[in-house]
Amino acid sequence: MTSVLEIRDLHVTVETDQGTKEILRGVDLTIRKGEIHAIMGPNGSGKSTLAYTIAGHPKYTVTGGTITLDGEDVLAMTVDTRARAGLFLAMQYPVEIPGVTNTNFLRTAKTAIDGEAPAIRTWVKDMRESMTKLRMDKSFAERNVNEGFSGGEKKRNEILQLELLKPTFAVLDETDSGLDVDALKIVSEGVNRAKENTGLGIMLITHYTRILRYIKPDFVHVFVAGRVAEEGGPELAERLEEEGYDRFLTDVNVG
Amino acid sequence: MSSAATQTVIKDQEPAQHGLKKHSDGGWGLVPVQTRSERFRSVEVADFPAVTGREAVWRNTPVGRIQPLTAGELDGSPYEIAYESTEGVEVSWIDTDDARIGSAGLPEERASANAWGASRKALLVRITGEVDGEFTLTRSTLGTTPRAGHIVIDAAPMSSATVVLRSLGEAQLSENVEIIVGEAAQLTFVSDQEWHDDAVHLASHFAILEKDAKLKHVVVSLGGSIVRVNPSTHLVGAGSDTEMLGVYFADAGQHLEQQVYVFHDAPHSRSRVTYKGALQGEGAHTVWIGDVLIGQKAVGTDSYEQNRNLVLSEGTRADSVPNLEIETGDILGAGHASATGRFDDEQLFYLQSRGITEDEARRLVVRGFLTDVVQKIGAPALQAHLNAAIEAELADASSRA
Repeated sequence: MTSVLEIRDLHVTVETDQGTKEILRGVDLTIRKGEIHAIMGPNGSGKSTLAYTIAGHPKYTVTGGTITLDGEDVLAMTVDTRARAGLFLAMQYPVEIPGVTNTNFLRTAKTAIDGEAPAIRTWVKDMRESMTKLRMDKSFAERNVNEGFSGGEKKRNEILQLELLKPTFAVLDETDSGLDVDALKIVSEGVNRAKENTGLGIMLITHYTRILRYIKPDFVHVFVAGRVAEEGGPELAERLEEEGYDRFLTDVNVG
Repeated sequence: MSSAATQTVIKDQEPAQHGLKKHSDGGWGLVPVQTRSERFRSVEVADFPAVTGREAVWRNTPVGRIQPLTAGELDGSPYEIAYESTEGVEVSWIDTDDARIGSAGLPEERASANAWGASRKALLVRITGEVDGEFTLTRSTLGTTPRAGHIVIDAAPMSSATVVLRSLGEAQLSENVEIIVGEAAQLTFVSDQEWHDDAVHLASHFAILEKDAKLKHVVVSLGGSIVRVNPSTHLVGAGSDTEMLGVYFADAGQHLEQQVYVFHDAPHSRSRVTYKGALQGEGAHTVWIGDVLIGQKAVGTDSYEQNRNLVLSEGTRADSVPNLEIETGDILGAGHASATGRFDDEQLFYLQSRGITEDEARRLVVRGFLTDVVQKIGAPALQAHLNAAIEAELADASSRA
């Protein structure tokens, strides 16, 4: 049976200074292992909220709907349980962890996800290979997690984790933002490599169509005002590249 | 500053010089400003009035609970201390009229003076050569009788050593530790407090550094009910250098305090003060006061002090006060920093989102926070021990929280 991540009528609120605000207003999405879904939309449409809600960030409150992974209730799981169940979130702003080396962090995470420590020799080899392919200097292994990394280096470090932790489903939250073309290619290659090696399902959240030249989506969903406004194949992305989001925003304003 | 005269002058000039008048908040001109090196000193306990808790040096300390040490009689007899005989280190009990006693500093508060006068003997640790590895002195049988202690660490010129003073078990102890670092000697001294939960320990450390001497002074406070270790380093020799490090972990009800003082009193001296602490549990209280005085002779001084606290739960209090006095403008640098922050939930989320459990994530973050200070100690066996001890603190505090 192919793994499937299902999101049904998902409603999510967040507490703001102005009170409770509903960000997601009935999201429906189904992602099967091996598929790449691009989630596109203007700023403030709720794309990142969807990403963080799937990962279980405490800031977001689910007020309705379901998220299931092969029928299992994801919303009932703690953040770490979700990761061990096979979910991965590549963050837009990866967090710095002072005093914790990347090596130590990656090994701890791998051990937690696999339920046993990885065999030293293959693990070190895997790590080196992935780092080389992501054009990450060897020194990044001994540096503290994301500390003093540039924006592009942090994104590469996220993809390094994606490659090593081998999730079933990965949510990439604006992994392309702030990257120059070279870095975008390197990061995209990493994502494609991970897909080739593990056949994972990918939810690629992006504001721009540029990354879709390097990572080919099977499905495109346009996100507007907290729900999916339009869905289609790769051709939808091409149309967005030409027309932008204006068409959808006008609809919202009228409605 | 002579306050009355200053005030008069300002008053006279007030109409002419707009803006030059007393601050409304500080009342400056009324409180005599005292340079840190001019604090009252005496070895006579009677010279210090009874401790009320309003004194600057006692303001943050629970003075009621330390009364036996500030006001009571102390047992000043030698106590049991364990160590392995090591070439280049001589350990003995010496009389208190020895010339070395008082050569590194004198008491500035009552508990210190009380211990000074009550001590019948002083423990002398003399470093005569280049000693490899860590020389550890362990005391674990002090018991609950209020005690006085006096230790002299005397590092001969050109010697080098790492001396660890490990404290375990019960204690009601007030003590003075003098650290004499001879010309071009290199000494690492670690005071490691892993006392029993009920222990009370007040200590004043006085270090004096001769020309080109180097002292790495480390305070590790993990155990005990009230632990207050106040290290002063007097850089009297040109080119002398001190690194003062501190690591502490306060859990529920625990008071851990350190008042650190560095006196740059010679040209081209250097100091780095780095204290880091974690607090967890109701009533966990830490105090760090960092005084740096750069005297008139101390041209070319290079100085930096910092304190960082990581707050892991509600109900804790971290006092952090850096003070810097500079009497010469001709220095390389002098800076200070202090930051107290809550445990970062985003760090926790990031680690958990990689499959790491909450407990493990907390351990990683706290160990990561404290580890850079631990790594700077440069004593591998001790560092390994401390990492384990910090983990145990964390596990212990978590299970109680």
